Amino acid sequence: MSIEVLILTIITIVGISTPILLAGLGELVVEKAGVLNLGVEGMMLIGAIAGFATTVITGSPWLGMIGAAAAGALAALLFGFLVLALNSNQVATGLALTIFGTGLSSLIGLSFQGRIVAPFGSIFPPALSRDPFLKVLFGYSPIVYFALIMVVLVTWFLKSTRGGLILRAVGENDLSAHSIGYSVVGVRYAAIAFGGAMAGIGGAYFSLVITPMWAERMTAGRGWIALALVVFASWRAPRLLVGAYFFGLLMWLELYAKGGGLNGLPIIPAIPSQFWAAMPYLMTVVVLALISVRDRAGSNAPACLGKPFLTSN
Amino acid sequence: MTDTPPRLGLRGISKRFPGVLANDDVSFDVAPGEIHALLGENGAGKSTLVKMIYGIMQPDAGTIAWNGQQVTIANPKAARKLGIGMVFQHFSLFEALTVLENIALGMDAKIPQRELEGKIREVMTRYGLKLEPSRQVSTLSVGERQRIEIVRALLLNPTLLIMDEPTSVLTPQEVEQLFVVLRQLAKDGCSILYISHKLHEIKALCDTATILRGGKLVDTCDPKVETSRSMAEKMIGGNLKTIQKPADRAFGKERFVVNELSMAGAGHFGVALKDISFSVRAGEIFGIAGVAGNGQTALLLALSGEETTHDAQAITIDGEPLGQLNAKARRLKGLASVPEERNGHASVPDFTLSDNSVLTGRDRLGLSVSGFLRPRAARKYTGEVIDAFAVKATGSEAMAGSLSGGNLQKYIMGREILQKPGVLVVGQPTWGVDAGAAAAIHQALVDLAAAGSAIVVISQDLDELLSLCDTLAVINEGRLSKPMKVSEADIEEIGLLMGGIHGDAEATRQAEEVHHHAA
Amino acid sequence: MRLKLEKRPEPSRLMVVATPIASVLLTMLIGVVVFDAIGINGQKAVVDIFLTPLLASYKWQDVATKAAPLIIIALGLSIGNRANVWNIGAEGQYVIGSLCAAGVGIAAGGGGGGLIITAMILSGVVGGAAWAAIPAVLRTRFSVNEILSSLMLTYVALQVLGYLVGGPWKDPNGRNFPATAPLTAEQSLPILFPGTTVHLGIAIALVLPFVFWLVTARSVFGFQIRVVGSAPHAARHGGFDSKQTIWLAMLIGGGMAGLAGALEFTGALKAINLGFPSGYGFTAIIVSFLGRLHPIGCLIAGIVLAVTYVGGQVAQTTVHIPNATAGIFQAMMLFFILASDILVRYRVRIVRNPKNAPAPAAGE
Repeated sequence: MSIEVLILTIITIVGISTPILLAGLGELVVEKAGVLNLGVEGMMLIGAIAGFATTVITGSPWLGMIGAAAAGALAALLFGFLVLALNSNQVATGLALTIFGTGLSSLIGLSFQGRIVAPFGSIFPPALSRDPFLKVLFGYSPIVYFALIMVVLVTWFLKSTRGGLILRAVGENDLSAHSIGYSVVGVRYAAIAFGGAMAGIGGAYFSLVITPMWAERMTAGRGWIALALVVFASWRAPRLLVGAYFFGLLMWLELYAKGGGLNGLPIIPAIPSQFWAAMPYLMTVVVLALISVRDRAGSNAPACLGKPFLTSN
Repeated sequence: MTDTPPRLGLRGISKRFPGVLANDDVSFDVAPGEIHALLGENGAGKSTLVKMIYGIMQPDAGTIAWNGQQVTIANPKAARKLGIGMVFQHFSLFEALTVLENIALGMDAKIPQRELEGKIREVMTRYGLKLEPSRQVSTLSVGERQRIEIVRALLLNPTLLIMDEPTSVLTPQEVEQLFVVLRQLAKDGCSILYISHKLHEIKALCDTATILRGGKLVDTCDPKVETSRSMAEKMIGGNLKTIQKPADRAFGKERFVVNELSMAGAGHFGVALKDISFSVRAGEIFGIAGVAGNGQTALLLALSGEETTHDAQAITIDGEPLGQLNAKARRLKGLASVPEERNGHASVPDFTLSDNSVLTGRDRLGLSVSGFLRPRAARKYTGEVIDAFAVKATGSEAMAGSLSGGNLQKYIMGREILQKPGVLVVGQPTWGVDAGAAAAIHQALVDLAAAGSAIVVISQDLDELLSLCDTLAVINEGRLSKPMKVSEADIEEIGLLMGGIHGDAEATRQAEEVHHHAA
Repeated sequence: MRLKLEKRPEPSRLMVVATPIASVLLTMLIGVVVFDAIGINGQKAVVDIFLTPLLASYKWQDVATKAAPLIIIALGLSIGNRANVWNIGAEGQYVIGSLCAAGVGIAAGGGGGGLIITAMILSGVVGGAAWAAIPAVLRTRFSVNEILSSLMLTYVALQVLGYLVGGPWKDPNGRNFPATAPLTAEQSLPILFPGTTVHLGIAIALVLPFVFWLVTARSVFGFQIRVVGSAPHAARHGGFDSKQTIWLAMLIGGGMAGLAGALEFTGALKAINLGFPSGYGFTAIIVSFLGRLHPIGCLIAGIVLAVTYVGGQVAQTTVHIPNATAGIFQAMMLFFILASDILVRYRVRIVRNPKNAPAPAAGE
């Protein structure tokens, strides 16, 4: 494998990993707070159309990114209201959010069909971003660097800040956190909104960076991979980074096995693309089983995940 | 006015829940530096009252004054800001977090970790509370967990400390240590609101006692002047009916035998059962005493069949091995049981009473035939239970959750007793039940025994066991003491057993004797 | 003054029935307002989505065809949901069910007739149940959360489908399109009314809710499911095995999804292509909640959602909104029903704020 092909491969993998890294990071925070939001795919689609629409209207992909985050957060807050204020079932509400997001994005997307924006590419000077070698470091959209910064921030927040401690406490034992006097619902609203914003930006990566146009259901099920990723990373942000790039590698292998475009690589014989496509999910199931065999307290899984928060008053 | 105002003054506090008035016009004062007992049976409204003082709930009526100023305590944070600390009966700790993280969560002010650690060590040395800050809570004992709660509360320099049934999980030695800490605190000027139903503790520790019964304040008195008996009467209300038990009772053959039953504890809080052996004869009522959390729950699950063991011979009824059978199969063999938790364990709150009869009676009573239910038969049986045990309910179609605690307990006991089980295992038969209902339940148990059943009563209420049972054993840390005849039982001996001084003491004595002989 | 939720001593039966109806009506109302606001003829859109499929008799067979898999899957899921077993992998079980039916059909060569068709359908049931057995094993043996495992396995199932229809089972006469060869008439489900698309599966979907009703309301098994869901400790006290309940709930959920897949394949679509998994398995979760986990509720809710599917296609041609818009309505209905659930268990009381009015308090 020549170095040029390797660089191209790395760039592709980093690119396809970024949306699931962003959405996964958001979902990780949500789940650490004890909430399971299965609406990631819907929030990503809403983010994709909102980011695209904002960019078309304002001409600024930066504003597009903010628009995507805001729209994602807003969709997430709808979920949050149902789940937190009205104690609705998290699984059903999350699925409904995905169906809702799919429909809403298609409806809004009607007016933006066929429009094209300039790709939200690297902001480094061409000397760096177009250099055949240096582009492996500088050739990415700002969203890629944003995702990496967020990994560091989320890791730091969860591990070393008081806010992170409270968030973990709320996900670990909501009734205790409530009895000490923390606002379980408040913390969860914040986490859910953050998760929505991150999913929104992840979705916008499709419509602003990968293919700078709008297409229905363009996130192609990556929201579900993001959900798998959180489990695969056993709720740890640094592992999520590794896991995202690993899943990216698998997704790249899938594309490659489909016969999509990369020349000069030895053919990986006789393994159908569907095998690679199924791998992230299969491995997540295996990880789930491995986690459960070990001690729960050591597994890092939030104890209250998906359970409704009910107080006597 | 030169008098210092009371630290805490309650005036006319009322709190209503659907179907029950938990607090009814309660008023009393707590002075600075006073250890003030809040005394009452389970369900008297103590917990509700302190929850309002600590800001977890808001009163429907009445006012709270703090150092003479009327205040609204919106939430626990506001309570702590005033200087109110609380140590809960059931610790609100986070298993997966460390001691330090747990304490940090209880602090409202943001304190750097190192400074916090220093403060913790200071409090620990001042009051002799030992703890390792970096340990994960899931690895700690119950006593150590309570220490976290106390340290956490003390770090805020409270001027009122609420202790909710703090000794129910402690050994006598730990209780003594705790009292030393509390007396020291009171001397430093901190008021203590001490919730308990243990009379001797209150007499030993408290300056004042406020007694609640059925949500109403009965009396505020000086426990040092009152006798235990007089306080108990106020707490329980009127004299208890004595149980009519034939004085000279002959027992039949051994019906229920437990032979070296051992079982691992469930989860972090679970207590393992170790080599439990006892036997109950027909007509005998066998009591198991002990401080809460010493394996009673596990024992009841193991006896009822909710947990099974690999050793079939560990539990036998009339010689038939039951160890590997589940609850349904054991019931068919004549073993009925009543777990201590009424709501959600002994009964399904969202179900009607007749559906709750189906829950445990479907096979023995024929409430189902070839896989299908017989609702009419279930209603009829439920009606019989309601009549026989004077259950106050709108009928067999009333939701179990809509009954008061005492009525639900009467229904549950009746549901099992009318099935005429050969063996009945009961946990806390009169927990939170009013005196009348308790007497009725006791009488029903005695009558069932008189009809030839073997009965096991697991209770934390020693008085109940002493008056009800023929034979008594004490459970401590998952081990059961040798059974003793109640008529010959020595209260001091039982107390020692409950505090964990049993076989070990004997072994020590024997070892000493050997030592003497050698010397 | 503030609103206060107070738990009802007993759940309101009126609200159980009233809230789903109100949810549908509210969804339609909001649909009109929102569509008008974004410049689409809202009244026309809502009428087309919710009413045209019911009023135009030629649309009834479409509604019935769409409703059948939704009802069948929702019936199975309701059992699990009642027992607090969250199988959200019905889509995958549906896919595996259809593939098993196809596999038997292919193995039978050109053979057909009642026996072969029955074998195809039964293999679909077994296949769906087997796929659901994986999360069941993981849950009962390793206490793996079945929500996550069943969801993950759905996407594995989709890849299995993609592999089979694009590879070994690809129709050689299909112009290289990834799809199985269309079923012969001998291997297809019988049509009940000649000239329509109403196949035997639709009749099954109409009968099954009543069977499920009988079982859940009157059998010890139905009782077991309700106890386990409502009070797991009490269930154990009553001698019901929680692992057995999880197994039964998962197997019934998976079996019903597999049945739906096999019926959809042999009755409606006749071939499996990449578009075969159209989300019925997920929508059925909505059906199950909209029907309040009640078998007859599932029947009605399945028809309502099928109407929105068919209506969505109608609206696509009349007011030019994308097909997926029906999803907005489906989701809104579920949002409303979930939101209104609270009215079943709680009543809303207005209480005076003690801060502003300290003297008189509630209850006096």
